Amino acid sequence: MPQSKSALLEVRSLSKRFPGVQALSNISLSIAAGESVAVIGENGAGKSTLMKILAGIQSQDTGQILIDGKQVRISSPREAQEFGIALIHQELNLCDNLDVGANIFLGREPRTLGFINHTEIYKRSEEVLKQVGLDVSPNTLTSELPIGKQQLIEIAKSLSANARLIIMDEPTSSLSTKEVGALFEVIKNLKAQGVSIVYISHRLGEVIEVADRVVAMRDGEYSGELTTKEITHDNMVRLMIGRELDEFYARVSHTPGEVVLKVDQVQVPGNAQHKISFQVRAGEIVGVAGLVGAGRTELVQVLFGFDRALGGTVHVCGKRIALKSTRDAIQAGMFLVPEDRKQHGLIIEMMVRENISLPGLARHATAGMVDQAYEIKNADEMIKKLGVKTPNQEQITQFLSGGNQQKVVIAKWLSLGPKVLLLDEPTRGIDIGAKHEIYEMMEDLAKRGVAILFVSSEMEEVIGMSDRTLVMHEGQIAGELSRDQLNEESIMQLATGQQLITN
Amino acid sequence: MNKNLGMLVLLIVIFVVTTLFQNRFVDDLNITNLINWTSLSAIMGIGVAFVIITGGIDLSIGSMVALVGCLLGIFISEDVGMHPAAAIICVLGISMLIGLTYGLLITQLKLQPFVVTLCGLLILRGLARFIANDQKIPSASLGYLSQHKLVHIPIPFISWISDGYWGMYKWNNTNNEYPLDDAGEKIALPLFQWVSILPPFFYLLVIAIIAAIFLNKTVWGRYLMALGKNEQAAKFSGINTNMMTILAYVICSLLAGVAGVLFAVNMPSVDPGSHGNFYELYAIAAAVLGGCSLRGGEGSIFGVLIGSAILSVLRNSIEFLGIRQLEFAVIGSVILAGVIFDEVTRKVMARRRAIQEAAMAETSVVGPLDDAPNPSG
Repeated sequence: MPQSKSALLEVRSLSKRFPGVQALSNISLSIAAGESVAVIGENGAGKSTLMKILAGIQSQDTGQILIDGKQVRISSPREAQEFGIALIHQELNLCDNLDVGANIFLGREPRTLGFINHTEIYKRSEEVLKQVGLDVSPNTLTSELPIGKQQLIEIAKSLSANARLIIMDEPTSSLSTKEVGALFEVIKNLKAQGVSIVYISHRLGEVIEVADRVVAMRDGEYSGELTTKEITHDNMVRLMIGRELDEFYARVSHTPGEVVLKVDQVQVPGNAQHKISFQVRAGEIVGVAGLVGAGRTELVQVLFGFDRALGGTVHVCGKRIALKSTRDAIQAGMFLVPEDRKQHGLIIEMMVRENISLPGLARHATAGMVDQAYEIKNADEMIKKLGVKTPNQEQITQFLSGGNQQKVVIAKWLSLGPKVLLLDEPTRGIDIGAKHEIYEMMEDLAKRGVAILFVSSEMEEVIGMSDRTLVMHEGQIAGELSRDQLNEESIMQLATGQQLITN
Repeated sequence: MNKNLGMLVLLIVIFVVTTLFQNRFVDDLNITNLINWTSLSAIMGIGVAFVIITGGIDLSIGSMVALVGCLLGIFISEDVGMHPAAAIICVLGISMLIGLTYGLLITQLKLQPFVVTLCGLLILRGLARFIANDQKIPSASLGYLSQHKLVHIPIPFISWISDGYWGMYKWNNTNNEYPLDDAGEKIALPLFQWVSILPPFFYLLVIAIIAAIFLNKTVWGRYLMALGKNEQAAKFSGINTNMMTILAYVICSLLAGVAGVLFAVNMPSVDPGSHGNFYELYAIAAAVLGGCSLRGGEGSIFGVLIGSAILSVLRNSIEFLGIRQLEFAVIGSVILAGVIFDEVTRKVMARRRAIQEAAMAETSVVGPLDDAPNPSG
């Protein structure tokens, strides 16, 4: 790994393991003052763990951290702050009920005789707000600001603590294009002032724009590095997934059959002013892209009957379904693999077998008695079919890895014979191998005529897997992209509320 | 099951220690009382275990026992003159309706179980006092019936559920009535004639077996466990969680009603103001001691039986040891100790498991990759 002579931060062979998994192994990294380094990798590649160690939230098992060439121990977020390292989380950590100045100096309030010195707070807040190009008064209530400006306040907050290295974890996941532009402007200025940036993002387009250098991680290991000139989309993907894109996504195109899922004028609670209509055919894989908070999860939960629709109709195989409860959807053969695996997909404290059999339990019961022989046989088949790595059926689901847990969620539905499968972020937080298997499973189901609607925030996945893509923006479908229109730019245009620019 | 074994050992230890101090502890009368009380509190305990498994609670059991006792006494009194069987069916129906009301309030209006049943505790007690005019209600017990020559009551029916004997009230064919002669010969009723078993204990066994089958072998039992552990996930699996929750409250209230009937036929009168006071707490304590977690999703019927037995033996032995004023303190401490022991073993097991996992993972990656606080890294 090339080492800059004036390294602000240097990390040497950092390793960290969690029960059951090596989260980081032998990671080395060095960042110069004023440099912006993007760290990329699939979910579960170890990016967050690395950043948490740098920010003092977790500690490494082995390896060293050097700041200005001196070895240091960062054992708490406060110490990280003292070393000039600031981590800006994906979810913002601002107190909505406080004003901007109070948030910037939260926990570090300048005091006179023990009382908070508000004059001082406002004066110094104004300085850092200017640095991030934000034209708001420090006594504005934080909740009144849009999310993009709140993001900049987080940055201002770290600057007020004299941060020299700012780690941004998915900073753009809920920003509009305009806000993203403003953020990049700020990053440029910060670099000019000698502040280093570590940028973590799944959006490779942004990485190309922002990064001087790219470091890729895969399954907890360093998988390569790209210099400014080498930063291209294909190069990054290759480093992240360890093979060519076409091999990774199993999708081959085929002709879709009859309309299986017909959604007509459906109104989703929270975004009821929009009426959503679309169709999914047998054997078709339709992606649903959009920013976080665009209403995708809400939509699939309404289709599954978990939340009540405020209007509109849903037909499965030509038959209208009531959608009063999840039972209606299940009855019709429409199943959901929910976004939150641990809260919604599984009863994590129960056995693998019990989880697999739960939705179909009543179908195979006689006089209410659980058919245990069938339960065991079915669980066995599903575990084999999906390649769930578990010591036995009696294993408590909690102790499986993320990918294997997700396979259990899918197994629940597979034995009931899906006609429509709704997948909400099906590969979130699972390792590459399991991801690939889930893609293959989707492909296999599509081949057998299942209509698949899948929500994903990972561009690569949407582009790689879908026949058609619906892009959502603020609760409505902003547009539909066919396979040949599908690319990162077109998705982003629609997802951020712009018109599609076709060429 | 290991834990239940530990509880069983504790039960035996308390029993033996008390016997060593006071051999009157094991005389016939006391053992009879002990089994009766254990049986009744276990019936209530099984009931409340169902709602605890859903993650709920029922605080109104004691008031339910009082209300059922008063209603039963009134229904079979000469003024109303119902057949005891009809009266019992009526009061059990009423208790199920009350459970249904709780269930509807909790699932449809999303009220908290604690609040709903706390109000139930107050309302049912108030109702009991109102219908009884705050007077003691002569209950359906044999002693009372014979004393007051309430010959319209078919006494064998009552004895069938109270003490299992009817000798004193042997039917006299010439007079067409039950001679109310204390000197009569005691003859066990059918069933109790063949098996020497106390009726409350017999009913407990029947209820416990049905409850255990329901909880462990049926689809609904699995649904209850599932929704107790994670109601959201249960809904996502298509389980009608509202209906299952309502069912749990109906079962709980029904069993409280059953216990209320059995209590009533075993005592001379029911005082609407004090009868059944604290019974809900004994029932909940028995369930918790027996391994039900108030977080929901955990519990076994066998555990509740042992929990109830420990509590009643403990109460009884406290009385025998002459430290009655310490009753609540001792019972509270024992429950606390049990819960602490449970939590500590759980932590130790979890830790042992984590270490084992780590060792296993040296060779293959099987483990909670994303159990690290933020999965998106």
